[in-house]
Amino acid sequence: MRVSCVVNGKQCEADDVWPGESLLYLLRERLGLPGTKNACEQGECGSCSVYLDGTLVCACLVPAGQAQGAAVATVEGLPWGPVQQAFLETGAVQCGFCTPGLVVAVHELLAREPDPSEPDIREALAGNLCRCTGYEAILDAVRLAAARTRDAAPIRDAAP
Amino acid sequence: MTVDFHQPSTWDDALAVKAAHPDAVPVAGGTDVMVELNFDRRRPPALLDLGRVTELAQWGQDGAHLRLGAGVSYRRIIDELGSRLPGLALAARTVGSAQIRNRGTVGGNLGSASPAGDAHPPLLAGDALVELASVRGTRRVPVREFFTGPKRSVLAPDELIAAVLVEPAAGAQQFAKVGTRTAMVIAVCSFALALDPVRRKVGTGIGSAAPTPVRATAAAALAGAELPWDSGAALPAGLAQRFGELVAGAAAPIDDVRGTAAYRRQALAVLARRTLTWAWEEYTRCG
Repeated sequence: MRVSCVVNGKQCEADDVWPGESLLYLLRERLGLPGTKNACEQGECGSCSVYLDGTLVCACLVPAGQAQGAAVATVEGLPWGPVQQAFLETGAVQCGFCTPGLVVAVHELLAREPDPSEPDIREALAGNLCRCTGYEAILDAVRLAAARTRDAAPIRDAAP
Repeated sequence: MTVDFHQPSTWDDALAVKAAHPDAVPVAGGTDVMVELNFDRRRPPALLDLGRVTELAQWGQDGAHLRLGAGVSYRRIIDELGSRLPGLALAARTVGSAQIRNRGTVGGNLGSASPAGDAHPPLLAGDALVELASVRGTRRVPVREFFTGPKRSVLAPDELIAAVLVEPAAGAQQFAKVGTRTAMVIAVCSFALALDPVRRKVGTGIGSAAPTPVRATAAAALAGAELPWDSGAALPAGLAQRFGELVAGAAAPIDDVRGTAAYRRQALAVLARRTLTWAWEEYTRCG
């Protein structure tokens, strides 16, 4: 089947899509957007976190056919902002594989809740695994990004 | 291998597709179905996407019940139904991660019919009905009769799950679940409890400790009869303990990768004792 959707604000088409393949496969293998990572393929790790019509989802669990007509935002489509800057400054990136999913998940958290409590942060990120176990620096990054977001630059909804 | 992808936008069309293609696998949030497809555990000849059927994503009052469309996400149950269905909302909060709760649905949980499904114990405790529909008509099945075995239910090949119907909470409700983390876990065992002070009844639901989700009827009868509903006094000595023992006795657990049968029985007794204590404290505090 042909799938048409808006990805990062741009109209995209893919042909010969197997309807049971995932949005993750569509993004990476058909649309050439490798920022969204493929790891567990069962919704356990959060590496493939993207926005689908403004909602945070695991792209590996969305049938590609359901993306027909939808608006998708991936890590490549997020403008550089306090979240990415905070990950850089706090050293929250080790091997980097979980980083794109975490950046999208933190972006969604701060867009929804600019002043998250510690339990809010932990609940929001419970579905994003860091195999390097660098969670303390990741939590530092969230706190720094939240502080700067509150003070200066509110995070806008990423839905194009 | 090709797979047909049916994408109806109305409920009637969805039922017509299911009647014409009974082997089509319904998919809503995809959080169970896609795992099976990704790992090649299943290659259905057709998928039936229910995501465009707007009626499925609605909830509202239906007589004495709340009727939740099968496509209402866990996220919305938490955000919109926490005060009316606190037990189900507590269970929804323990499902997967934020990403999973944004997509996963109670209808999908029932469709998968896993003994470990988190929505099942509170639905059992609340005496919910499952509304099943086909081109032949609609029927409402008590959730206690819905499950027939591990991942099996009374759902006929041409039927779809339309909704669940459950009365708004009449009193305190609780849910507790054992797992290796506080997030992202399939239950080792779980327990839901609902107090109904008007009918003086206690509802129960056990998850992940029998071939299907089950109720603990002897425990419920004991608590219903012995709780001091009128005085609102503290729990009688030993009642929570005996309640826990009866709940453990109602389970029929097995040893598996998540835990042993003995551990599940032990843990269920603890969960039952705790949830009864918490719920009774809430009742005596708030009425």
